[in-house]
Amino acid sequence: MSKFRKSGGKELPPISTASLPDIVFMLLFFFMVSTTMREVTLLVKIKLPSATELSKLEKKSLVSYIYVGEPKKEFQKVFGVAPRIQLNDQWANVGDIQDYIIAEREARDEADQKLMITSLKIDENTKMGIVTDIKQELRKSAALHINYSSRRK
Amino acid sequence: MARKTPEVPAASLADIAFMLLIFFLVTTTMDVDSGLERRLPQWQEQQPEDDQQIKERNVFVVLVNRNNDLLVEGEITRIDDLREKAKEFMLNPNNEDNLPEKEPMEVPFFGQVNVTKGVISLRNDLDTKYGTYIAVQNELVGAINELREDLAKSKFGKSYADLERDQQKAIKMIIPSRISEAEPKKAK
Repeated sequence: MSKFRKSGGKELPPISTASLPDIVFMLLFFFMVSTTMREVTLLVKIKLPSATELSKLEKKSLVSYIYVGEPKKEFQKVFGVAPRIQLNDQWANVGDIQDYIIAEREARDEADQKLMITSLKIDENTKMGIVTDIKQELRKSAALHINYSSRRK
Repeated sequence: MARKTPEVPAASLADIAFMLLIFFLVTTTMDVDSGLERRLPQWQEQQPEDDQQIKERNVFVVLVNRNNDLLVEGEITRIDDLREKAKEFMLNPNNEDNLPEKEPMEVPFFGQVNVTKGVISLRNDLDTKYGTYIAVQNELVGAINELREDLAKSKFGKSYADLERDQQKAIKMIIPSRISEAEPKKAK
């Protein structure tokens, strides 16, 4: 019964886990806010050109992307090394762009449709021939506001 | 009677978690998509013939060939010099005969101003590298942005980005961004 006999016979109480949910939630929120959901897996290799006069793409929901570049290693057996276009998750030809733009436009509200931007993510070693073709298709489908995605120099 | 052992204090867990949060916030770089913003011209069913003749002195011709060399107004130029040349073309400070004409215009905030009629024409080859094309575009856009910035500084004493919308509009009227892109020649 003296002061020094505490340890005898009593079990250690379990560590409180009451705050664990808080931590988990916080991590969850963190990832939700900070990560931009990558909706597409890139099938092409893209090294963006660098530039200084950049403007940011503010509203992600209004942006549709067009990727152009050399197919990745694992696809080179099938598609070769010539630069190709990727829309969403699949390979495309220049002729598919108009349909893609129309589909993207349909998916937005009417009020947002004229604010839409097309972001061109094109590898810097691509030849201009394919880029010009894409631009012509975009003009035909009246998607005139474009953004040449590039890195800060 | 058996004394209850005190619970492990959970108060500091929140601090640890916050520290983790701040650590992640500081270390991760959220890559913001950014790039050169341009507007394409409207599509026309039949290609317009060059009916509106633009005088030669009003056109700043930039050609990029398949070897990524630049020909600016008939001279071989390096990309580094392009910005200065474009600025000189758009301003025409000494009213020279071979640089673009100016046309008096009524602009809010400024009154009567001589506005340049200059147009930058960019033509590239089908085999030009995209990287070069962007570099050229970047210099041209940069030249116009710098001119606007200078004008904003001298007139309003503020950066162009900080101006009111109608002030920006006035500056845009004085220094228009007219970059026209000719289609590359298809014939091979």
